[in-house]
Amino acid sequence: MSTATLEARTWRRFTPAQRLARFAVYLAMVTAIVVSIQNIEVIPEFLLDAPEQMADLFKRMWPIAFAYYPKGVHEALIETLHIATLGTIMAAVMAFPIGLMAANNITPSRTLNAIARLLLVSSRSVNSLVWALLFVAIFGPGALAGTLAIAFRSIGFVGKLVGDAVEEANQGTIEALHAVGAPWLSVLTKGYWPQIQPAFWSVVLFRWDINVRESAVLGLVGGGGIGMALDTAMNLFQWDRVAMVLLAIFAVVIVAEIIVTQIRKRII
Amino acid sequence: MVTIASADRIAFKPNWWARAGWIALAVYIVYACSLLDFTWTRFMVGLDNGARFIGRMFPPNFSRWEILTKGLAESLEIAVLASALGILVSLPIGLLASRNLMPAWVTWPARMFIALCRSFHPVIVAIVFVKAIGFGALSGIAALTVASIGFIGKLFAEAIEEISLKQVEAVRATGASFMNVITYGVLPQVFGRFIGFGTYQLDSNLRNSTMVGIVGAGGIGGALFAAFQRFDYDFVCAMLLAIIFLIFVGEVIATRVRAIFLERGKVDEE
Repeated sequence: MSTATLEARTWRRFTPAQRLARFAVYLAMVTAIVVSIQNIEVIPEFLLDAPEQMADLFKRMWPIAFAYYPKGVHEALIETLHIATLGTIMAAVMAFPIGLMAANNITPSRTLNAIARLLLVSSRSVNSLVWALLFVAIFGPGALAGTLAIAFRSIGFVGKLVGDAVEEANQGTIEALHAVGAPWLSVLTKGYWPQIQPAFWSVVLFRWDINVRESAVLGLVGGGGIGMALDTAMNLFQWDRVAMVLLAIFAVVIVAEIIVTQIRKRII
Repeated sequence: MVTIASADRIAFKPNWWARAGWIALAVYIVYACSLLDFTWTRFMVGLDNGARFIGRMFPPNFSRWEILTKGLAESLEIAVLASALGILVSLPIGLLASRNLMPAWVTWPARMFIALCRSFHPVIVAIVFVKAIGFGALSGIAALTVASIGFIGKLFAEAIEEISLKQVEAVRATGASFMNVITYGVLPQVFGRFIGFGTYQLDSNLRNSTMVGIVGAGGIGGALFAAFQRFDYDFVCAMLLAIIFLIFVGEVIATRVRAIFLERGKVDEE
């Protein structure tokens, strides 16, 4: 009897609702791709020309203008690193109050939490290039605009982590500090800070790595750093210098990634 | 009792290394600020400008909505096609880069390629493609495809490296061909996570596709940059609001899709 019922049953991995939902997603994907292909403007002449243009580009890039490095690239590269580092520090400093405001156990007010979360989300949803455009319009072109752009873009990233880490902190130590009558500043520095420290440094390092990459392009919109050198070289069609700048960016990005992985491995 | 040294009674001993670190950080900040010429007066002048700037941004001007919607639609198309292409190319490359299935002489070049794709910001890649393929959406698609390969390829490889090899072995024991091992032994184990990466990448491509236009690679970025240069700030504000709205909608959709596909993934992990 039991074998008969087993044979009669069809085994399925998903419920009909699940299958329908999955099918809807696949359908939406295919539709989106088909509609995009139909609507996108492609100029066939440009496309046919591409291999030739690509070869031409590499021919112009070779030999790489290494002689240009000391006078045109080095200073800009250092500036880029400073922009990324200062921007990350600034973001970390500003992320603290907002992160604490977003954590419900520090700020027991749902309205203030919501305001802080909104600030963090808006910081993240504006691209760093847009932040740079805004700050260039306000402070004029230069490293200040770039640094602020990096800082404002990173606040959301670091602040979200600070808020989440504070909310998830173990309450044992906090209660002990409260019990001995510690003032709120001591509770923060001796109760919460040691607990969120590892995650905090790890995320700051991770963000610094991203910021090194991002600060390299801010110069294209006037945010200072090596992007300025890239922009100048491109506008003058000096492709050998462009190649030099790209190589410098590549080297710095790789070195930054290696530094970050090494520090993470040792400390955290 | 009386012999306890007074220093032992301090609950939190001073950590001199940490203090030195904080001082070094402070010194660096002062040094870097002076190097980059950050001054208080510049900042105050900037704040004045900022007030005027924000005054001119509001109310946002939606009167040229044709340009806005056209740009947004193009950005969306770039993001969709770049994600699709990027995922398509990342699948084989991620597979080649996974060290548990492939020999070292295959994984090394694949990993190098992925690292190369990852190391440049999409806007810089877009510059190169604008020179090679010319102005327009196609360069944007190419640039974001490269960015997607760099990101998804790495995650795919990592996901494949974490699979259980027992299932692979079982499929192999039945005499399955290499392709069958991949489709029945490897893919089912990582499919859920692939969907997660894919939606994440679509989200990220959407953000970047609104920016590649700054260097002429199509999408709304071109119009945005032009409006900035014409000091057309109320239109800038309208475009920024539209972009933020689009990204927000994208994020919501991505979360939904992930929820549909990851229900099983959560059960698996437990």
